[in-house]
Order: sequence, then structure tokens, then C-alpha cells
Amino acid sequence: MAAPALFSKPEQGRPQDGRPYKLSISLRNRLNNIAARVFWLITLIPVGLVIAITVALAVRSAPILQSHSLVELFTGTVWKPFGGQFGFLPFIAGTFWVTTIGVILAVPPCLLTAFYLSEYARPITRNIMKPLLDVLAAIPSVVYGVWGMLVIVPFVQKTFMPWMSSHFGFIPLFASNQPTGFSVISGGVILAVMIIPFIIAIIYEILKTVPQDLREASLGLGATRWETITLVIFPKILPGIIAAIVLGASRALGETMAVLMVVGNVPQIPTSIFDAAYPLPALIANNYGEMMSIPLFDAALLLAAFILLLIILTFNVIATLVLQRILGRRGK
Amino acid sequence: MQPHIQVKNLNVHYGRTHVLKDINLEILPQQITVIMGPSGCGKTTLLKTLNRFIELVDGTRVTGQILLDGQDIYSNDVDVTEVRKRIGLLAQRPQPLPMSIAANVAYGMQIHRMKSNRQEVRKSVQHYLEVAGLWEEVSHRLNDPATSLSTGQQQRLCLARGLAIEPEIILGDEPTSALDPISSQHIEKRLLTLKDTYTTIIVTHTLRQAKRLADQVIFMYLGEVIEAGPADAVFNHPKVERTQQYLAGLF
Ligand SMILES: Nc1ncnc2c1ncn2[C@@H]1O[C@H](COP(=O)(O)OP(=O)(O)OP(=O)(O)O)[C@@H](O)[C@H]1O
Ligand SMILES: [Mg+2]
Repeated sequence: MAAPALFSKPEQGRPQDGRPYKLSISLRNRLNNIAARVFWLITLIPVGLVIAITVALAVRSAPILQSHSLVELFTGTVWKPFGGQFGFLPFIAGTFWVTTIGVILAVPPCLLTAFYLSEYARPITRNIMKPLLDVLAAIPSVVYGVWGMLVIVPFVQKTFMPWMSSHFGFIPLFASNQPTGFSVISGGVILAVMIIPFIIAIIYEILKTVPQDLREASLGLGATRWETITLVIFPKILPGIIAAIVLGASRALGETMAVLMVVGNVPQIPTSIFDAAYPLPALIANNYGEMMSIPLFDAALLLAAFILLLIILTFNVIATLVLQRILGRRGK
Repeated sequence: MQPHIQVKNLNVHYGRTHVLKDINLEILPQQITVIMGPSGCGKTTLLKTLNRFIELVDGTRVTGQILLDGQDIYSNDVDVTEVRKRIGLLAQRPQPLPMSIAANVAYGMQIHRMKSNRQEVRKSVQHYLEVAGLWEEVSHRLNDPATSLSTGQQQRLCLARGLAIEPEIILGDEPTSALDPISSQHIEKRLLTLKDTYTTIIVTHTLRQAKRLADQVIFMYLGEVIEAGPADAVFNHPKVERTQQYLAGLF
């Protein structure tokens, strides 16, 4: 009776097609080394890209730095490319206004939702809500922009702004200096809606790294869920929450399309949430490729891109480092 | 003697698995009751039903009654935090809260508003650290993070933290299994001195520890209580064959 083919001895150590059964050890090692090197090179590509982009932006924006001082560029409030005046302050201020409002509006619902899903919700609720939130994160930003123009801007103009100005109009922050709803608050609302699912997802991941034993240690002493959350879990993951918010903020900083559709794009320093603004990404997107004959215009726009890149890189690197430390602890 | 805890017809299901089957028990006060049995027989589950931790696990079903001084802890008018305040749990691995040593001990007292001022809290912190046999080692660094303690010290800290809410019952789920022999001895010694004040229920896998601690023994097998009674009787004259085999180290 013939033994099963699987266990039969190969004749002369070779199968039918003549390929050797075994590669020699040195060949296997050589293949391994080649693979490792190829992977390493491929991994380097993104790093190389970031460096290449940064260098390119720096080089291309150099001309304006030769004719204008940094102080002049960063504190100048007048943007008149024809007159050779390139004050970036309105754009930087616009960026921070919109981002700050977006983050302030986003943080409370993010915390409540993430903690609810992780600590209170039943598995079925969680299994329905999590994918829904991920879908929300996948909506293209131009769709948010259209929604902002159709819903948020009119709401701000017809309802929110009149109400605020009649009740709180004496506070400069809420003064209505212009009649349209295209304003930093509209941009902030859109940004908040856009970054909420993103921040929730990160905080939820962090909450999953909190060991169940720790919750039980608190609950076992007769603490309520709420006490456990506020006194034990929240303090424990606070650095992670901050990192998640910073990461969300860096998304908001760079968000272009949805914001430029609702903020009005007026190069001024906003003083009220109902003022129009002109954030950096909108400046670049609206102008790059046009009026390039104006001297230094090209360099000015690329400097704007450079500034934006540096800010976002810094935010991202810090937040990512913190998050890596926290999420890396999982399983230990 | 009036039993402190009575378990009546207790059944627990995890989803479709029937984990505890018709458990009937009486736990006496001021004694150490030791629960023994092979791995997976339901010892942890039984402890978790006693302080209602079982409801933290999704998909569990508990039927039957657990009476604490005659009152069913699963009845609707009983507050779960009150149950857990009366029944403290010493976990298998010490799990210090992410705060200072002193704050760990004070945590329960503070959430239950048991002390009226800081002075009292501080006094109680010292008292319970002394009771747990940790005071001398930590008195000079009460504000250090609790995680800076050794595992054995952390377990004694957890004991102090649990005692500070003045429970009537101490549950221990293999409370010394993660500890070195010296630290285990520490904990055992504390449990023995504390037994006059509390009702103590300990799960253990080591026969020798069981013999050192037990006044009463419960022997479980496959989700059922096979034999229960005074330590002397169960250890020296086990009635059930399974118990005899387990004590002989056959499984
Ligand atoms: N969350 C859960 N979901 C489903 N089944 C579970 C769950 N927890 C425990 N079980 C099952 O219940 C039974 C009893 O488990 P339990 O943890 O109470 O055993 P144990 O006696 O404490 O064991 P050990 O001595 O190993 O700690 C086991 O068969 C286990 O697989
Ligand atoms: Mg167990």
C-alpha cells in the first residue's frame, strides 16, 4: 500500500518540477536581507516627502523673506499684493479664530459621546453608533461646505446673530458688525462637526486601554460610574484627551474647502464671532495660480503654506508622540 | 450562630453557559470561609455575585437570592453602591488607583462622605494603613503615587483602602497569588487578625493556605457546591469522593 504522498520521501530530494525542496540557508538569509532593505526604503518615502515639501516651500518662499522682514510679515495687517504689502496677521488670526471656535464647540460633545459609548452604552448601542460616527468622518469636506452654506450661514444670519446681538450685543465678542452669516462662527461650527467624529474615535480608543480591573477597583469601593469616570478614568487619560484634541485641532487648522465656503474670506482681523475672516488655507486655495505676475505674490502664498505646514507638523508630532505612548501601553 | 450571608438557589448563566448551578450556602460571621475547587469551577463567579460585580459582565443572568442579614442584595430597592460599600473585594492583582498612597485610602471615605474634615480623613488613613501593616513602610511618603509601591505593598494598600470604607464583609479572590511568599504571609496574618471583626470569604488554590486560614470550607466542582462545612471536617473527613481526590492532589 502506498503511503500518503505528503509523507513520502522525496526521491533524491527533488520534486517533479525540479525545484529544490530547500533553499540553502545563505540564500534564504540573502532574500530576507533584500526584503528588509526594500521595506525600509519604502517606509522612508513618506519621511522623504515631508522633508522634500518643506524644503521646496522654504526655497520658493525665500524671495519674500529677502525683501520683507519676518516681523513685518507676521505683524503686518495690510494685504495689498499690488502695493507689495504682505501682512499675514489677518490670515493667521483668521485661522486661529476658526480653529479655536471649532475646538471649543467640539470638545464637550466629544468627551460626552466617547465616555458614554465606552462606559455606559450597552454593546448593541455601541455597535450601531461606532460605525455611524466613522461614516460621519468619511463625508467629503465640500459636502460639509455646501451644508454650511445652506443651513448654518442662514441660521447664523437670521436667527443666531440677531438673538445674540439683542441679548449680548454689548460684548464685543458677540457684536454683529456685518449683515451676512458668512463668519468665523459659521466656519467654527462646520469645523466642529467635521472633527467631532475624529476626536471621538481617538478618545474611545484611549478609553479602551484603561484596564477593566481599574474600573472595578473603584466600583468595588462603592463608587458610582460617574465617580469612577470623573475621579479615576478621566485623570488617568487626561494627557491622551489633550493629545486627541490637539490632533483634532491640527486637522481643523488645515481644513480648507468647507471653511472657505462659509467664512466670508475678508482679510481682516476678526474681533467678533460674527465677523468674516480669511484663514490661511483659504488664502492659498483661492489665490494660488492666479495673478502670478504680481511680484513676490507666488513667494508670499508659498510662505503662507510654509507657515501652515510648520504649525500643523508641530501639533501633529507632539500629539502623535503622546498618543503613541498611551496606546502603546495597551495589552501590557 | 445567625448566618451573615445566605445564598439561596443561586444560578448564574454567562450567555448560554450555565456557570453556577443551584448554589445554597450559609456564610457565618467572624469566620474565614475558604472556597476551593479546580480552575473554572465558578469560584470567581460566585464571589462576583456576592458584590454584584457580575452585572458588569454583559450577557449574564442571575437567578435566586443572596441575603445579606436577611435582605436580598438583588432586590430593586437595594442600591448597588451600598452593597459594595458593605462588601469589600480584594482582587487577585492589586490595582492601585492613579493617585497618591494617601488618596487611595481616602478615596472610599470621600465618595461616601464618611468623614467631616481633613483631619479625620488623615487620621483614618493612618489607622487603616496600620491595620493593613503598611504604615511604617509608607508613612514618610504618603503623597507618592501608589504605583511606586511594590506589588506586595500595593496589595496591602488595597486592603487598607477596602477596610477604610468600613465594610462588614471582605472578599478575596486569590488575594496572594500574585505575591511573593513574604508578602503573602503579611496578607494572611492580616486576614487572621481581622477575622474577629469581619466576615471573610477567600478563594484560594493552595491547600496549605486554605488549612492555615479556614474556619469553614466550601468545595466547588463544575459550578456546584460539592461539599461545605467546618474546616476540620472537610479537610480530615471529607464525605464526597471528589473532595477526597482534590485534597489528595489528584486533580
Ligand atoms: N465573561 C465570561 N463569559 C463567559 N464565560 C465566562 C466568563 N467568565 C467566566 N466564564 C466561564 O465561567 C466558568 C467559571 O469561571 P470562573 O472564573 O468563575 O472560574 P474560577 O473557579 O474562578 O477559575 P480559576 O480558578 O481559574 O480562577 C468558566 O467555565 C469560565 O470559562
Ligand atoms: Mg478565579
